Amino acid sequence: MRTILALMVLLGVSWCGFAGADEFTKEDLKKWESEFMSVVKKGEALFHSSSLGKNKVSCDMCHPNASNTHPETYPKFQKQLGKVVGLRDMINWCIQNPLEGETLKADDPKMIALEAYITYERRGVPLAPGKH
Amino acid sequence: MKKQVSRRQFLKGGLAAAAAATLPLGLVEVSWGKNNPKNFTFAYISDSHLTHIKGTEFVRNFDKGLKKAVMECNFMSPKPDFVVFGGDLAQLGKKEEIDHGLEIMSRLRHKVKWVVGEHDFYLDMGEYWQKKVSPLYYSFDHKGVHFVVLNSILTYDEWVNRWSSPMERMLNMARLDNPNGSPFMVKEEQIQWLKKDLKAISKDTPIVVMSHSPLYKIFKPWNFWTEDAEEVQSVLAPFQKVTVLHGHVHQILYNQIGNISFQAMMSTAWPWPYPVSYKQKPNQVPKLTVFMNRADPFKERDATGWSILNLEDGRVTNHYKLWENKDRILKYDKEKGHLVDMEYQDPSKRIPPQTHY
Repeated sequence: MRTILALMVLLGVSWCGFAGADEFTKEDLKKWESEFMSVVKKGEALFHSSSLGKNKVSCDMCHPNASNTHPETYPKFQKQLGKVVGLRDMINWCIQNPLEGETLKADDPKMIALEAYITYERRGVPLAPGKH
Repeated sequence: MKKQVSRRQFLKGGLAAAAAATLPLGLVEVSWGKNNPKNFTFAYISDSHLTHIKGTEFVRNFDKGLKKAVMECNFMSPKPDFVVFGGDLAQLGKKEEIDHGLEIMSRLRHKVKWVVGEHDFYLDMGEYWQKKVSPLYYSFDHKGVHFVVLNSILTYDEWVNRWSSPMERMLNMARLDNPNGSPFMVKEEQIQWLKKDLKAISKDTPIVVMSHSPLYKIFKPWNFWTEDAEEVQSVLAPFQKVTVLHGHVHQILYNQIGNISFQAMMSTAWPWPYPVSYKQKPNQVPKLTVFMNRADPFKERDATGWSILNLEDGRVTNHYKLWENKDRILKYDKEKGHLVDMEYQDPSKRIPPQTHY
């Protein structure tokens, strides 16, 4: 019985995905935006909390509204590291140094949330990879 | 006159002694006593944001900044007549933080004039500050200049009373980009006091006002802003030479409104971005300001520092002592009628690190 159910679910998913690939409604858009914004909100909370570090320092103390983080310029040659890095490398650098905390894995939901908040605060600015 | 000459000889000796010391401290030439006996020097340290972690632990980086400024002030030659602390000694107004700050500041060999900042204030509404540090607003005269210290970080009573605990209120005021924040104000009682204080002062007496927030409007979302600034400006307007010195913004910032020159002091703790780098909201950053260099986070003391201020003919010349950058000098230009940066004011002289985006 369990196997049949699993099969039905599998088939069901693949069938829905197939037929609904380019069909979405205004409600869908609303839902996806609210999913995204809930992650932005999580990122905002993390950015303003001392939980990422060990010394009560938080990201917003130097970067109000995530300003002066320049997400549109990454990846870029980070002169202090001597190589091309992504925004997440700089997020981890800040967590490790001013915040004296432990780095996050690239796929850690906290890292995704921080990236979502930082880029959302920079919305509308043209991409400028490599710009210093 | 004889006394001045011997003083100058003493100063020369002091310069030599300082040059021999190991500190690579840039020395400032002062015209003290040369033509005008009223010229003098004082120092300004601001925004140290000492942050208590637990027990006797404090954030090392911020301690280091204040200690460095104190040490360098002690090496000043000629000695400053006094040192001003521009507010935000503490991060969350805790007794531990204010006590820790007083301990570091006690190593200064000079008298200190204190300005209160919002981080010192909103935990207990300035109670501990008044008990241990200083009154919140006052004035004094020094060598022909009238100094006024204002508490410019007051706000609406409804906002003050809306929180469930003093620490919740403090945390909400401490967050710079807080959408639930509240604008700074001097408020009516202090404006009336200021009017009275200035009543007996002649209009040609140089006035130096020291406040924590800028007494003009730059960017409300970060409280680079004083809600009743125009009222304060109108009280100062009849005087011929007025300088407002403020902290809070953690950056090089200057402006001229009518007869009033405004100058921001550096933080010893960390720099803040210019509001122009936040793209979602408009700002009124003064066009006059040549920006400081964009800070390099890998250099802990970059875009932080303190100031040596010379009172020259009733105007304040500001020598920014920048720890990771070339020092900057702001001087009042009589012909132009506003402050100028002695090196970078001309747009063709500016350098790429001064571009903020």
